[in-house]
Amino acid sequence: MELLIRNGTVYDPLNGVNGEKKDIAVKDGKIVEKVNERKARKIDASGMIVMPGGVDIHSHIAGSKVNSGRLLRPEDHFKDFEPKTSVTRSGVGRSIPSTFTTGYRYARMGYTTVMDPAMAPLEAKHTHEEFNDIPMIDKASYPLLGDWWFVLEYLREGDIEECAKHVAWMMAATKGYAIKLVNPGGLEAWGFGHNVKGIDDQVPYFCITPREIIRGLCKVNKLLNLPHTIHVHTNNLGKPGNYVTAIETMKSVEDLADGNKPVIHVTHCQFCAFKGDDWRTFESGAEEIANYVNAHSHATLDMGQVIFTDTTTMTADGPFQFNLYELSGNKWVNHDVETETSGGIVPFRYRRKSYVHATQWSIGLELALLIKDPWKIFMTTDHPNGGPFIAYPKIVAWLMSKKARERTLKKINPRVKSRSLLSSIDRELGFYEIAIITRAGQAKALGLKSKGHLGVGADADIAIYNFNPEAADPSKKYKTLRKAFKRAAYTIKDGKIAVRDGEVVKSVEGATLWLDVQTSEPVEVSEEMKRRFKEYWTVEYENYPVTEHYLEIQRPISVKADV
Amino acid sequence: MIILYPKKEFTQPVIAECINPDVFQDKKLEEIALLRVWEGNKQRKLDELFKVEENKAENQPEGASITVHGDLSKVRKIGACMKSGEITINGDVGMHLGEEMKGGKITVHGNAGGWIGSMMKGGTIEIHGNAGDYLGAPYRGSSEGMHGGKIVVHGSVGNEAGAHMRKGIIKIYGNAGQFAGFRIRDGTIYIQKDSEGRAGACMKNGKIVVGGFLESVLPTFTIDSVKEKVKIEEEETAKGPFYLFLGDLTEDGNGKLYVSKEKNPHLSYYEKLL
Repeated sequence: MELLIRNGTVYDPLNGVNGEKKDIAVKDGKIVEKVNERKARKIDASGMIVMPGGVDIHSHIAGSKVNSGRLLRPEDHFKDFEPKTSVTRSGVGRSIPSTFTTGYRYARMGYTTVMDPAMAPLEAKHTHEEFNDIPMIDKASYPLLGDWWFVLEYLREGDIEECAKHVAWMMAATKGYAIKLVNPGGLEAWGFGHNVKGIDDQVPYFCITPREIIRGLCKVNKLLNLPHTIHVHTNNLGKPGNYVTAIETMKSVEDLADGNKPVIHVTHCQFCAFKGDDWRTFESGAEEIANYVNAHSHATLDMGQVIFTDTTTMTADGPFQFNLYELSGNKWVNHDVETETSGGIVPFRYRRKSYVHATQWSIGLELALLIKDPWKIFMTTDHPNGGPFIAYPKIVAWLMSKKARERTLKKINPRVKSRSLLSSIDRELGFYEIAIITRAGQAKALGLKSKGHLGVGADADIAIYNFNPEAADPSKKYKTLRKAFKRAAYTIKDGKIAVRDGEVVKSVEGATLWLDVQTSEPVEVSEEMKRRFKEYWTVEYENYPVTEHYLEIQRPISVKADV
Repeated sequence: MIILYPKKEFTQPVIAECINPDVFQDKKLEEIALLRVWEGNKQRKLDELFKVEENKAENQPEGASITVHGDLSKVRKIGACMKSGEITINGDVGMHLGEEMKGGKITVHGNAGGWIGSMMKGGTIEIHGNAGDYLGAPYRGSSEGMHGGKIVVHGSVGNEAGAHMRKGIIKIYGNAGQFAGFRIRDGTIYIQKDSEGRAGACMKNGKIVVGGFLESVLPTFTIDSVKEKVKIEEEETAKGPFYLFLGDLTEDGNGKLYVSKEKNPHLSYYEKLL
């Protein structure tokens, strides 16, 4: 099918297109130079914004933990349900929407690629089963390797090459996309009721420190030439004073960078930009982190913005979730402790009038506005930890309009209002920068060559928003802006019109992306490893890897490793 | 005043949120007849299931009022979110009656199903027959229970009456099932007759009065004193004497559980601890 999008105002930062009136031609799911004008279906995008389809680098949309969250929270679903239509299936939603609804809701906002950031390798099959049921978006998952026994052992022995080979095997075994580290070392300790207190604290039994794990896996990442950097959820997350840990974590791999290429991604940075000694003296450490990131080029961050709403927090960081459970007094689940991680799920409500919550809200926006280079900071809510992803249009409005920020500042805890740096920041992002932090930057950081841009040869994932940047000023008309980003005028996935005027008109399939890491010789699984599976694991080694037939629609990405 | 009569015996659940004085107000009879209800998985018009009549008699009470005659035990969510007016039901009624209601009054001359007055914030519900489980309790999984208002049941109720209650009053003139006042944070629950046990489990605060037999008090409650009478609400006092227990200590709670001394001689060994 051929498609011609005419006269739209195009923002395509990876190709340097900044608000030009341009036609975009699509043929067979790819963007092409031109199409037969008479035959092609035409979309009139005059007075509208055309951007590449949105890319989300960090959003918990599938997996065992997400599913336990669904079970834990029937009250989250019963007021937000979607009946089936002629093209979509029914589902329930809010903070942990069901699989189909997840796909539909992302597509309605113009998103076409979403990364699930935490997959316990033992639960990889479950994650991929859920992926098969998420339509409309391409997706991938990052296996949790920062607390994986074999990795810890290789790193203890300093055997980076063997470790790299093992990680290459794990990527294929779990059909994963990047190396994820969550509270490195801390989760292993949590299995025995402990935690690590900083990046130089020793992990019990393994006698290595989080610093060694981060550096080791960063080297592994480079040896394997993985498209994304290591994806790090820092130690001490959610504790006052942890901005120091976040900066130390970034510093620890400073020397491993070559050139301007990033080597580490610090995720949901809002949760690790806390200053102060305890919750009473709690304040924002966003400025310090922004200063560091502005002066260095080896790190990228994402926001983890907090939204004032009722949500469900879920991370693989068991000890952090336990603290949160004690703070909130709400019900909780400690999940997956028997696997390579230790997840926790706690329902949580962020309140405007709470000093801490309002400060957290402010930190996220401060980070996005104080970091000068938009290629280094991306928009996320760490869905559903900071808030459900359906709140993205709100964040776009806050970033583009000082007026919108001030309106919210008026409603929040007055102490935050007077102390927050936010009221002194005048910066308002433009559509070009929004296109970077919501798609181009994320695609670049993920190393997705055919996503996040509208150049010839790219996947025809396109979002069209009904907002005319020439006629209206987003900083004043932020409500119109919010509406436009909430309901995309068109979402085009692989060249097919999937959403029109905010409604799904065609249910399209989304592929699962995974890395096929090619080492110089095929990785052989040692007898020792098989023996350990037999002795210690709840599954047989033969049942552990995810085979290719498990993935209904897949797009493996070949990577040539240096080992 | 609008009068509704079911046209048939319902075999499938009917979800009729629209039977609500606020919705009926300022609407003509023809408009009311067109309101939407669900029967099973089919959407129907109100007058396909109910005969709708208007009583134009004088001396009508202020605000809209609705009377329903007949068996509504399959009809759910009547009066959900209502703010004012009055609903009278002459017959049995189904689940979720007066869910999240904020004001007004519902009277049932018959039995009621589960989740009556679930998450209600204000207003009054009076049931002259029995009520099912989860009286005034929130939706499954939620901890936002009753936030205010009053529920009076002249018959007996099922399990978990008033679970997660935060404010308001529930009066039960019959018996109550297990776990009455489970996890309540505040408010009053009065059970005039017997309770099946585990009353006040995990309560944090508030008051539960059991006027009848209670087999045992949970071990996480401590005896405080013996009171001659307990105030239920303005102008209503329960005559004792009552044992006063404080708990639930597992939740570090400071709730008050009053249990009749006269009806529970087997609890007399607690007196040694006073």
